[in-house]
Amino acid sequence: MASKTQSKKSSGGKTPKSAAGGHEIKTHATAHGKARAAQYTSDDESVPIGRPPVRLEEERLIEIHRQMLLCRRFEERTAQMYQMRKIQGFCHLYIGQEAVAVGSVAALEKQDYIFQTYRDHAHALIRGISAREVMAELFGKKTGCSGGKGGSMHMYKAETGMMGGNGIVGGHVPLATGVAFKSAYNDLPEVTICYMGEAAVNQGVFHECLNMASLWNLPIIYIVENNLYGMGTAVHRASAEDQLYKRTEGAYRIPGVRCDGMDVLEVYAEVKAAADRARNDRRPTFIEAITYRYRGHSMSDPATSYRNKAEVQHWQERDPIARLQAQYPKLFTEEMVKAADEKIKEEVQDAIKFADESDFPGPEALYTNVYVDCQGYPKKQD
Amino acid sequence: MAEITYRDALNQALAEEMERDDQVFLMGEEVALYSGAYKVSQGLLQKFGEKRVIDAPITEAGFVGLGIGAAHVGMKPVIEVMTYNFAILALDQIINNAAKLRYMSDGQYSVPMVLRGPGGAGGSLGAQHSQALEQQFVHIPGLKVVMPATPHDAKGLLKAAIRDPDPVMFIESEKLYNVKGEVPEGEYLLPIGRAEVKKEGSDVTIITWSRMLTAAVLPAVERLEAEEGISCEVVDAMTLRPLDYDTLVNSIRKTNRCVIVEEAWPQASVGSWISHEMQKRAFDYLDAPIGHVHQEDVPMPYAFNLEEAALPSPAKVVEAVKKVCYAD
Ligand SMILES: Cc1ncc(C[n+]2csc(CCOP(=O)(O)OP(=O)(O)O)c2C)c(N)n1
Ligand SMILES: [Mg+2]
Repeated sequence: MASKTQSKKSSGGKTPKSAAGGHEIKTHATAHGKARAAQYTSDDESVPIGRPPVRLEEERLIEIHRQMLLCRRFEERTAQMYQMRKIQGFCHLYIGQEAVAVGSVAALEKQDYIFQTYRDHAHALIRGISAREVMAELFGKKTGCSGGKGGSMHMYKAETGMMGGNGIVGGHVPLATGVAFKSAYNDLPEVTICYMGEAAVNQGVFHECLNMASLWNLPIIYIVENNLYGMGTAVHRASAEDQLYKRTEGAYRIPGVRCDGMDVLEVYAEVKAAADRARNDRRPTFIEAITYRYRGHSMSDPATSYRNKAEVQHWQERDPIARLQAQYPKLFTEEMVKAADEKIKEEVQDAIKFADESDFPGPEALYTNVYVDCQGYPKKQD
Repeated sequence: MAEITYRDALNQALAEEMERDDQVFLMGEEVALYSGAYKVSQGLLQKFGEKRVIDAPITEAGFVGLGIGAAHVGMKPVIEVMTYNFAILALDQIINNAAKLRYMSDGQYSVPMVLRGPGGAGGSLGAQHSQALEQQFVHIPGLKVVMPATPHDAKGLLKAAIRDPDPVMFIESEKLYNVKGEVPEGEYLLPIGRAEVKKEGSDVTIITWSRMLTAAVLPAVERLEAEEGISCEVVDAMTLRPLDYDTLVNSIRKTNRCVIVEEAWPQASVGSWISHEMQKRAFDYLDAPIGHVHQEDVPMPYAFNLEEAALPSPAKVVEAVKKVCYAD
C-alpha cells in the first residue's frame, strides 16, 4: 500500500490568515539545558502540512462554522458555570481547538464512531448530543447524556457513535481499536476515529494498538490533537521525536501526516482522505493536528508557569473560527455571524436552564447499571 | 457420562459457543497455531479459521482492551491470557474500562467479554508466575469472577460466562488442566453466582474454590472423617463475585463451624472478606472463630520443598478444622 505521507507542503490555496514565515515558539529549556524551540507553528514550512483545502458547499460551511461557534460559546459558559460551582471536579475546555473536532467529525458518516479523551464536551456536541444533555451531564443531573454518572470526562450517547470521553491518558486507544476490529470482523463500512492528546503517544498501549491496527488492517484513524502541551509539559520535553507524525510509518507502517489543526477545512480534507482509506482499503492512518488550547489544562490551571502571553496571542491570531470567516468573507458577513452567534447563545442559555432545572439522579441510581444482570449483587449496603 | 479433562471441557465449551454465535472469537498469545500455551484451544483454529482464532502479539493491555472495545459494541470476545499473572499488565483496561463502561454510561454499554486463563501456582514456576490474584478482580464492582474446580463446572460455567452480558474474569488452573472428571454429553449451562455443596456433612463447613478443592480440601476431609470422626460439609464457592452468600450461610447454620481454604495470600484476600461476611451474617450460629488456610505470606519460592511449604495442604486443612472443632 502506498503511503500518502506528503513530503512537501502543497503550495496552492493557502488561506489569508496563515501568514507564512516560520514563526517559532520558544518554550522552556529541556532538562539537560539545551533550549530547543518547538517548531509547531501552523506556518512552519519545514514540515509537510496540508492537503489543498477542500471546496465544500455553502450549506456545509455554514454548519461547520455553527458547530465551531457552538463549541466556543458552550465552553465559555461552562467555565462560567464552573466558577458558580454548578459544575465541579475536573473540567477541561476545548477552546482554541475547535477546528480539529469539527473538521474531522464533518468527514465522517452516520455509522462511524469517535473516542475522545476527557476533553470531550465539543466532541459530544458535534457528534449529536444536544447542548442540553451535555450541560446537564456537567451539572451531574439525571437528564445528562450519561445520567449524571459520567460527568465532564465521560460523555456517552451510544446511538450517536460518541463512545465517550476517557479519564486515563491513552486508556481509550484499545477500546477504539476494538471497535475498529468489530467493523473489520463483520465487514461493515464503519470508520473509527480515536482522538488523543499528544502526551498519549508515549503510553505503551498507544504503541500496542497501532501495531495491532496495522497488523490486522483495521479501519481506524488515530488523531493526535497536538496542542503542544500535556498539562505543563511541552511536547519536546516529553517526546524524543517530537515530530510525532514521523513515529508511525517506520515502526508500524501506518502513514503519519501532519495537518494544520487551526484550519478546519484542512483537517476535513486530511480526515476525509484517511476515512476513505479506512473504509475502502481498510488501513489505519495517523494524523497529527497542530492546535492550541487557549485556556489552562483544566479549570484549576492558570497556565502561566509554562507558557507566556505572546505565545497564546500568536495562536489566537490563527483562531480557527476567525480563520474560516476570513476564508469566506462573502458568506460569513458580520451580520450573518452575529445572527448565528445570537442563536447559539440562546441554545446554550437554554441548555443551562434545562440543566439547572433538572433533578439530580435519585438515590436508587447509585446501584443501577453496575451490571446488566447480577443476581445476588446488593441493592444497597447491608 | 464421559470422563474428560478440565482442558477438554473448556475446549468443548469454546467450540460449542463459537459454533452457536459467530460474534464469539478467541484472541490471545499463541491460541491459534500453537494451540494455546496449555493447549486449551487445540483444534479451534482448524475448525473456525484465523478470523476467529487469533494469535495476538505479546501486548496484554492492547488486546485485552481491544476485546473490551469489541465487546461494548456487541461482540462476544473470549480473550485468553497465557496466565493470570499477565492480566495485571492489562489491569488498567480491566478496572477502568471493562468494569466501568456500563456504570459511567448509565447503562448504554455493557461489556460481554470473558477474560480467561490459569491462575495460581503451576509448580516450581517461581515468584512471578505462581500467583493467585483473584482478589485483584473480586475487589472491583462491575466485574464477575468465576473459578471452577472440576471439568463439569469448567464447561458449564465457561459457556455461561461467554453468554453473560457482563465482563467475566474466568480463572482456571494450570494444575487442573489434566484432571479428569465426568462431563455430561450435550449442552448444559451452570449459573454464575451460585455456590454448591460438593459434599454434605454436619460438624464443620469448609468453604473453598478452584484447585484447593481437590488439592487440599477433599484429601483432608477424607482423613478427618476416617481418623477424627469429624463430618465435613464442603462448599465450593465457584463464583467469587457475585458471591452466593445464602448457600454459605445456610451451611454454617447447619454445622456451626467454618474454615475457609484459599490459595492466595491472607491480607485483604477473598477468604478474609468471606470470613467477615460470615461472622456478620451467621454470628449467632458460630461456635468457634472462623478458620483460615491460605498461602504463606511470602512471594512464591522456587525450591520444591519451599513451594510445598508455602501452599495450603491437606495437613494444614486438617489442623485448621481440628482447631475450630476444639479437637486439637
Ligand atoms: C495514565 C494517566 N496518567 C496521568 C494522568 C493525569 N493527566 C491528565 S491529562 C494529562 C496530560 C495529557 O496531555 P495530552 O495528552 O497532551 O492532552 P491534552 O490535555 O493536552 O488535551 C495528565 C498527565 C492521567 N489522566 N492518566
Ligand atoms: Mg496536549
